[in-house]
Amino acid sequence: MVKILLVDDSRTVRLVGRRMMEKMGFEVLEAEHGEDALVVIGKHPDVTAILLDWNMPVMNGLDFLKALRALPLPKQPSVVMCTTENDMGHIMEAMDAGANEYIMKPFTEDIVRDKLEVVGIL
Amino acid sequence: MNPLDYKFLSEFLQSNSGLHLGENKEYLLESRLTPVAQSLGLSGIGELIQSLKRMPTLELKTTVVEAMTTNETLFFRDSKPFDDLARQMIPEIMEANKTQRTIRIWCAASSTGQEPYSIAMQLRESFPELSSGWNVKIVATDIDGQILAKAQQGQYSQFEIQRGLSIQRLIKYFDKNEKGWQLKPEIRNEISWKQLNLLKDFGMMGQFDIIFCRNVLIYFTPEVKKQILDRMAKHISHNGYLILGGAETILGISDAYYRAEGCLSASFHPHSTKSSGVTALR
Repeated sequence: MVKILLVDDSRTVRLVGRRMMEKMGFEVLEAEHGEDALVVIGKHPDVTAILLDWNMPVMNGLDFLKALRALPLPKQPSVVMCTTENDMGHIMEAMDAGANEYIMKPFTEDIVRDKLEVVGIL
Repeated sequence: MNPLDYKFLSEFLQSNSGLHLGENKEYLLESRLTPVAQSLGLSGIGELIQSLKRMPTLELKTTVVEAMTTNETLFFRDSKPFDDLARQMIPEIMEANKTQRTIRIWCAASSTGQEPYSIAMQLRESFPELSSGWNVKIVATDIDGQILAKAQQGQYSQFEIQRGLSIQRLIKYFDKNEKGWQLKPEIRNEISWKQLNLLKDFGMMGQFDIIFCRNVLIYFTPEVKKQILDRMAKHISHNGYLILGGAETILGISDAYYRAEGCLSASFHPHSTKSSGVTALR
C-alpha cells in the first residue's frame, strides 16, 4: 500500500486529511511538526508523498523540506505543501526549496485528489 | 427555503468556492444539501445553515462546498482531450491548414471559462510555433451572460484555481489580486466570447476545426441532442473534431459522425460537410 505522510500541527486537519486519503486507498502516517516528520521518514524511508503544512512549532514545513531534500533517501518522496500561506512569494519559495505541488487551505477532497494526480501518486 | 437562508448560502458559496449560484436555484441547494444535513444528523437545511453560522468549522465548510461544487467545471477537466489536442488533433490540423495557417476552436458551453483557457494554455505549451504566423481563434459560448462576463474576467477563487491546475501553471499564467487569482491578459485575450443558446441557430459561427461540447448535452432530451449534434456537424471542417464529455456518446443519437481513431477522448469526425451550405468563416 502506498504510504503518505501527513505533517500538520492541527489535529483536526490531520483527522480530515487522514479520512480523505484512507478513502483514496493510501496508508497514512502522521507527524505534528518537521522534526517529528524527520523521525517518521527515518522509520519509513519508503514514504511516497508528503502533505506538508508550513507554519508549525519546533520545525516548520520549509525547514523540514530543505532537510528532507538533503537526505540520502533511495527515492525522494513527492512533497505537496498544504498551507494557509497563499501568496506568490510563499509558493515560489516552497517550489524553490523542492516542493512538487502546493495546496492552499482550506482544501477539499477533490483538490487533494487533483494534486495527488498531478504529482503522479493517483 | 426562505430568502435570507438562500442569500446566506449564496454568499457563503461565492466566498468559499467561487460558485456563482444566481437566482432560483433553491432546488439545487435542497437536492445537494439535504443529504449533507442528514448525514450530519441534522433535521434539514435550516439547521445546517445555523451550524454554518454558529460553528463554521473547516470540516463543515468543506463538506458543504464539496456537495455544491460536484460536477462544476475545472481546469484541464478529464485531461484526455488536452492530451489528444497536443498529440494528434493540432498536428493534423496544422498539416491540413498549412496554407491558410488558421485554427478555429469552439467551446460550445464554456461556463466559467476553465475549458477555453485550458485549451489556450495547452496550445501555448505544446505549439509555441503557433504564436508566429498562425491565426488561432478560440471562440467560447454560453447561454448565461453573467457566467460569460465572469469567464471573460479570468478571475477565479482560491478553490477554483486548485481544481485541475498544476502549481507550475498557476505561477506561469496567473496573478494574485485582492479578489483571488486572475489569468494574465495574454491568455485572456486569446479567447473570443459570445452568448449563444445551443437550441437556436448557430448563424454566423462559421466553420471550426474542433468543437468542444462536453458535459452539456446531458441536460437535453435525445431529440434535442440529435438536433444540436446534427447542426454542429455542419460547422466542423472536413476531418475536424467534435469532442464530447468522457461519459457521452453519439451512438444511437446522431449518425452525422463517426468515431475518431487514435483518440483517448470521446472524439468524432463529421461524415461530410461538403453539402452543409455553411459559409466558411476564417
